[in-house]
Amino acid sequence: MALQFEIYSGSGEAIYTQIENQLRRAIATGKLLEGQQLPSVRSLAEQLTVNPNTVSRAYAELVTAGLLEAQPGRGVFVAPRRQIYSLEERQRRLNEAIEQFANTAAFLDFTLPQLLKQIESRLSDYSPTKTSKPSKKT
Amino acid sequence: MSDYVIETNGLTRFFGKNCVVSDLNLRIPRGSIFGFLGRNGAGKSTTIRMLLGLVEPTRGSSRVLGKDSMHLTSEDRGRIGYLPEGHHVYGWMTVEECGKFQSAFYPRWNNKIFHAVLSHFRLDLKNKSGNLSRGQRAGLCLAMVLAPEPELLILDDPALGLDPVARRSLIQSMLYVTRREDRTILFSSHLLSDVERVADQIAVLDRGILRASCKLDTFRRRVRQFTLHYKGEGPSVPKIPGLLQSFRTEDELSITVANLDEDTERKIRALNFDSIEDVPLSLEDAFISYVGERGEKSFFAKDLEETK
Repeated sequence: MALQFEIYSGSGEAIYTQIENQLRRAIATGKLLEGQQLPSVRSLAEQLTVNPNTVSRAYAELVTAGLLEAQPGRGVFVAPRRQIYSLEERQRRLNEAIEQFANTAAFLDFTLPQLLKQIESRLSDYSPTKTSKPSKKT
Repeated sequence: MSDYVIETNGLTRFFGKNCVVSDLNLRIPRGSIFGFLGRNGAGKSTTIRMLLGLVEPTRGSSRVLGKDSMHLTSEDRGRIGYLPEGHHVYGWMTVEECGKFQSAFYPRWNNKIFHAVLSHFRLDLKNKSGNLSRGQRAGLCLAMVLAPEPELLILDDPALGLDPVARRSLIQSMLYVTRREDRTILFSSHLLSDVERVADQIAVLDRGILRASCKLDTFRRRVRQFTLHYKGEGPSVPKIPGLLQSFRTEDELSITVANLDEDTERKIRALNFDSIEDVPLSLEDAFISYVGERGEKSFFAKDLEETK
């Protein structure tokens, strides 16, 4: 199954961020499965008509985040799902995301139930990693 | 071999009393797709023409593929592909004849590439080139400049007047060329959404002065806008180096800066506000703020500079 991307140039979001986020979502929703190989940088760049450095930047960010795995000489693969961050770090990142969301949403005059409903539907196909119980043990 | 295919040293050109290019120090690394940005009359074409030895600099010098621009041999020129602004063709020749004519100037000529580009732009060999549409003419010019497989491709506003489909074909061709990592493209353009797709580095020329030369990502990371929301009095506009513009409404203050670093960000975040928003700027908005009217008056910060 070929991956579908929607890339918009000329938006406020850098192209590598768009690719990164769409891959993140594909992994989170199981469109991309653990161990699955990603297209080569070159071929994805051609598919999306973007500079190859843009694709490799997106891959690199996801490798750093632990979602992808680069196997030298073989390519890039979806990494086994595991939580690489501590609970504190996860909480910090979540706070950051919520903060950003709240700052924007506060000015849009939706009611709280409306907001919650939209978040719920946006995350309807989200499932947390089974292997990661929120535990503080290390 | 030098890592830079193009290097200029204090390159300067006057036309009469008018300084069109001023003390330009530009380095273009091998293998890059380098976007050359600037408003009309910023000096992009003059710079390109100096690089190719077509215009003599008033001061300074430039080297292209390691050779002084004013002393390029025809052999050197065979390694450079140049697409001048405006897609000029010999109107009385057919497409096929244009190709034959052009091929005679180059030691290398890949007819496969020539035909591939033509078919990309839906061109017929038997067409009179004088009867072609603008987009088709662009396709023909591109085919002629790509077929010799030049090491360095210099395209002066290649997307001018092209429809979206032709522009996409142009970008595809540019990416195709740089499949080989020793191939470099320098191109100027006003279509910043295209530049964003294809370029890895950019330079911004403003009235003859190089205002930025860096990775595209760096430019976007450094040219930034924040909106502060507040109630009541609100903060006064702080003294920030590189402030491009500030805009105030009753309960919002919007600040755009040219060269965001930790220090500047700390200053902004230390202001008195209820909430702050990091407003994403498109490359186009960033560029307009950077070289726009407001920008030049209020700002004279250290230019964005970064080499490889």
